[in-house]
Amino acid sequence: MEGNRENVQIIEKRPGMKKKEKTDKKRSLEDEQEDQLIDFNKKPVNKDEDDEDLSDSEDSIYSGLEDSGSDSEEDEEEGSDDDGGDVDDNAEDQSLEAEVKKIEEEEEESEEKEVKREDEYQHDSSDEEDIRNTVGNIPMEWYKDFPHIGYDLDGKKIYKPIRNKDELDEFLDKMENPDYWRTVHDKMTASDIVLSDEQVDLVNRLQRGQFGDVNFNEYEPTVEFFSKDVMIHPVTNRPAHKRSFIPSLTEKEKVSKLVHAIKMGWIKPRRVEDDSKGRYYDLWASEDSSISAKHKMHLPAPKIPLPGHEESYNPPPEYLFTEEEQSLWDQQDPIDRKLTFIPKKFDSLRQVPAFSRFIHERFERCLDLYLCPRQRKMRVNVNAEDLIPKLPKPKDLQPFPTTQSLVYRGHSGLVRSISVSPSGQWLASGSDDGSVRLWEVCTSRCMKTIQVGGSVKSIAWNPNSSVCLLAVAVNSEVLILSPALADRQVVSSSERLLAAPQEEGPSEESDTAVWSEAEGEELNQGIRLKIQHPKPVHQVTWHAKGNYLASVMPDHSSHLQVFVHQVSRRRSQNPFRKSKGLVQCVSFHPIRPYFFVATQRSVRIYNLVKQEMTKKLQANSKWISSIAIHSGGDHVICGSYDCRLSWFDLDLSTKPYKMLRHHKKAVRSVAYHKGYPLFASASDDGSVIVCHGTVYNDLLQNPLIVPVKVLRGHAITHNLGVLDVTFHPTQPWVFSSGADATIRLFT
Amino acid sequence: MGGLPKKKFERGSATNYITRNRARKKLMLSLPDFRRLCILKGIYPHEPKHKKKVNKGSTAPRTFYLLKDIRFLLHEPIVSKFREYKIFVRKLKRAYGKTEWSDVERLKDNKPTYKLDHIVKERYPTFIDALRDIDDALCMCFLFSTFARTGKCHVQTIQLCRRLTVEWMNYVVASRALRKVSSFVTWIQYDFHPTDVDYRVMATFTELYTTLLGFVNFRLYHSLNLVYPPKLDSKAESELKEEHEDDYAMNSESYLEKLSALSSSLARVVSTDEEEEAKLDEFPAEGEDMEQMEAIEKEQKQLETQKKLFEGLKFFLNREVPRESLAFTIRCFGGRVSWDKSVCIGSTYDMTDETITHQIVDRPNVDKQYINRDYIQPQWVYDCVNAKILLPVEDYFLGVTLPPHLSPFVEEKEGDYVPPEKLKIMALQRGEKPGADEEDEEDEDEEEEEDNDDDEEEAEEENLKQMEEQRSQGKSLQVKVTPGKVKADNPARLKEEEMAEEKRLAIMMMKKKEKYLYDKIMFGKKRKIREANKLAAKRKAHDDAEKGKKKKARK
Repeated sequence: MEGNRENVQIIEKRPGMKKKEKTDKKRSLEDEQEDQLIDFNKKPVNKDEDDEDLSDSEDSIYSGLEDSGSDSEEDEEEGSDDDGGDVDDNAEDQSLEAEVKKIEEEEEESEEKEVKREDEYQHDSSDEEDIRNTVGNIPMEWYKDFPHIGYDLDGKKIYKPIRNKDELDEFLDKMENPDYWRTVHDKMTASDIVLSDEQVDLVNRLQRGQFGDVNFNEYEPTVEFFSKDVMIHPVTNRPAHKRSFIPSLTEKEKVSKLVHAIKMGWIKPRRVEDDSKGRYYDLWASEDSSISAKHKMHLPAPKIPLPGHEESYNPPPEYLFTEEEQSLWDQQDPIDRKLTFIPKKFDSLRQVPAFSRFIHERFERCLDLYLCPRQRKMRVNVNAEDLIPKLPKPKDLQPFPTTQSLVYRGHSGLVRSISVSPSGQWLASGSDDGSVRLWEVCTSRCMKTIQVGGSVKSIAWNPNSSVCLLAVAVNSEVLILSPALADRQVVSSSERLLAAPQEEGPSEESDTAVWSEAEGEELNQGIRLKIQHPKPVHQVTWHAKGNYLASVMPDHSSHLQVFVHQVSRRRSQNPFRKSKGLVQCVSFHPIRPYFFVATQRSVRIYNLVKQEMTKKLQANSKWISSIAIHSGGDHVICGSYDCRLSWFDLDLSTKPYKMLRHHKKAVRSVAYHKGYPLFASASDDGSVIVCHGTVYNDLLQNPLIVPVKVLRGHAITHNLGVLDVTFHPTQPWVFSSGADATIRLFT
Repeated sequence: MGGLPKKKFERGSATNYITRNRARKKLMLSLPDFRRLCILKGIYPHEPKHKKKVNKGSTAPRTFYLLKDIRFLLHEPIVSKFREYKIFVRKLKRAYGKTEWSDVERLKDNKPTYKLDHIVKERYPTFIDALRDIDDALCMCFLFSTFARTGKCHVQTIQLCRRLTVEWMNYVVASRALRKVSSFVTWIQYDFHPTDVDYRVMATFTELYTTLLGFVNFRLYHSLNLVYPPKLDSKAESELKEEHEDDYAMNSESYLEKLSALSSSLARVVSTDEEEEAKLDEFPAEGEDMEQMEAIEKEQKQLETQKKLFEGLKFFLNREVPRESLAFTIRCFGGRVSWDKSVCIGSTYDMTDETITHQIVDRPNVDKQYINRDYIQPQWVYDCVNAKILLPVEDYFLGVTLPPHLSPFVEEKEGDYVPPEKLKIMALQRGEKPGADEEDEEDEDEEEEEDNDDDEEEAEEENLKQMEEQRSQGKSLQVKVTPGKVKADNPARLKEEEMAEEKRLAIMMMKKKEKYLYDKIMFGKKRKIREANKLAAKRKAHDDAEKGKKKKARK
């Protein structure tokens, strides 16, 4: 602005410049003039002008760079601007004026050369008349043929020099005239002008891009118009506008908005700093227990356990890790570790280092507090002793076998089966070594050894005390022996039983039993009858009356698994038409005409009179090994290979009344005592467990089962322990036979 | 008849629980805000009893909140404050982005804040409830008060924590409520910030805890008729002022430091010269109650004596010992304590004071020793407090190997392992004087016993050998009758065996469930015994090794 204004000022003061509208033209003219003189000076200067800031007025004079084209407004305001500008920088103006004068002089000189380049401006019309030659702006060739070249102001002819300089003259002049280099030919006046020293100097300076004025200092200190200093006078003295006296509507709008916001409470006054001293008060002043805010599901977080001895910086030596413990600790996962740290000992407190995990520890606690799901776990706070059921003392339940009193040695193979005579005097045992031995119970003396030529699977003494017979299962035969170990009457009665007339015409079918009488050597040993079965026999058992005999031939596929033989009539029959599974063992009901068949998973009870199944007992075990029936007939125990013993109360249910898991290994055999409320189970773990099972006559009272004694004595051989167990018919004694080829009596 | 079929998971436990994400959506909160709210309100996830039922048949791991808890959060006024804050942050960001500094300033002035008073009252309806949970709060505040002011958390928070903890310690000193003290490996580390810790979570907890601790402190101070915020006794204050007026420019800071020095008593609201002896009201009681009352009274007396444990003793702390902890402990038990003036503000007397009874030193030796005072290691103070008696100082002299420092928090039950040092202290408490000779005698006895054991074993082995020989003879069918020995029946032992068998048999008859439980209990018991035995064995081995070394040294 300022610069422009000054430019305008300066232009006004120029002589010969009449109209401001023409300034641009003039400027271009000047430009061109300078172009001639200063070869390529214009461009850099021009550029400078563009770049340089507003106050470089001098420069703009030379280059003539005022943007007057766009400054039409400024031209209008010139007058007022000038007034203000003059007030501010009078001094400057003066110096500027001086400069301007100088420049004028220069211009005059340069105009002399105008003749020379008139052709360039032939199209250009100039208002500025050349006062030396009034022909105007015409090509000077037109005067070629005349003696004059124009007219001066008074109208007189200006004559050409008499003799035109020809090439030779030029040359001579060049060679001889020392001022030739500074001589300029003026076309308008057709005269030669010799430039003075100052003029040459000026030309040189302009050519070098310097200022024409020698005394001009281009690096004068800048005077800042707008500085940080507050000035007492205004920059402009312009009177305030009328607008400024009218209250602004926009401002009013803004203010009213603020007022509204304050009224509505949207803008709040600056908050007063609440002093922290008054922050706390007695929060629990009015404690009322009624606010038990926590619902019943609230679970308070468990406390962190307080540190123990091992966390001390100087713990007792036993809490320090040994090498083993240390290596174990290193190997363990951090979660599995019992202690989260390694106990360490320091000689004094000053050696205790910083605890690096402290922040972690607190952080983990924080996480636990807000992130860890909680659950109420009822800790059973019972005394272990209280859990043990209160049972009657075994001492009060005597008699029962407690000690091993006799060992019957003699067999060389494992003793699979034993049986006691109904009198209780004799014990028969069958072994894998192919022999049946008869022992006297009280003395453990082997009375008789009968070789039967095969491993004895089962042996059973006739329960009828009026006969003395023994059934033995060997391979696929059932032998009936008369051991003759009773008084003569009994022996004779048993002989009579065996000597019953043979049924005529035994069917010759392959799947029936064939009865035959023993002969020769066998007869001498006491074998009387042989019942040939189609398949190997696993078990024999007598009916309580002693006339019937049942034998078991386990076979999955066949319905021919059980035979019931009638000894007196030497008759056999297969009671079942259909296979109901692998038969494990069978038993007769001691009193009623029932027949128990134990298959793998269940026990079936058949009514022999009605010839139908009355009950099916689910043993809840995988594989039944043996059954025993209480002398009353209402209770059955059932041993299984999966270590269990199930007690059935036939009156109650077909499910076991009690499952006993006393043994560690498969239960091989179970037995009831005939008179005493005792039962025993023998297992592969080498023990015989005797339990007291009181069966009350009162049906409402359930039997009470109390284990009273664990009897051990048999050695475990080939993973087999006790194979058979049986009670003495009258005494509270129990016999057991084991895989170690012994039979033991516990009294 | 049938009616509509029941849909699954529309009743029962499935409707009582809500997953975390659903809860968050229901509350319309971002996860950090939800987390903050849960922390402040003390809402935690619940582990449902039947997870599959609650999880609608899926077994994916999810955290469940109780629906009731979340409903309870719905009405929390602080939730709206969270939203306000969110808006505030947004506005502030905008103002920053537009470089409207006046707006920034205005917004900052009106930064929304919230108070947690109502939450504290809600979570801890009674003062007792608050005290029950104060341990976590104290831990957290102590931790934060040690943080360096590095920008992990606000400086104001750190200062507030420091102030509150100092107030707490002053209260404990004033009320002499400290019972047990232990110095553990738990030593605080300064200027160390692990990076895998979310400080925002901890800061939120601290926010709550500082509020809680402030209110608790207020109440505690008022219960003792002390001025809150705490002020130093006017007398002490003037003394301190004279000394240190020039050293500290900022008054408020120096005041806190003076407080934290713990060396002077606090100003009271009602200046009572003598504390009234708190006597238990005696109610006429009968029989058992009487005994109980007596026991309580006895305990009370013991407490009184314990409170005056260091009464009349004058301590001086060397510069290498942890000042705050020791000063706190000693002051709690009535001792007087001072330290070098250059260590901390608030020292009351100089090292040259002739009346000092104990100087606590933690270095191998001291150049200049005064005759009339004991030079002891810091552990003595802690051990005395834990033992509730003044222990003999000989074990704690400079350069002496310290006896093990035991935890006061372990209460041995029957069957637990009790370290011998504890036994010794217990003997001291009973007033017995253990002599050094006794120990040796005991050791000798033990040795003898061991010898006896060995003899027995040898005899048994011989017997066995004989038996074996007999066996082998028997095999060679040499029938030989040896006169039988009469086995002396030990009736007691027999009875014991019988009992054991009875028990075994009874255990056989246990139900499956009970048996499982019983086995578990017994397993735990056995493990405990095993551990105790292991510790005892280790100790014995250690002692033997020590003895061996001693003997070698003697030779």
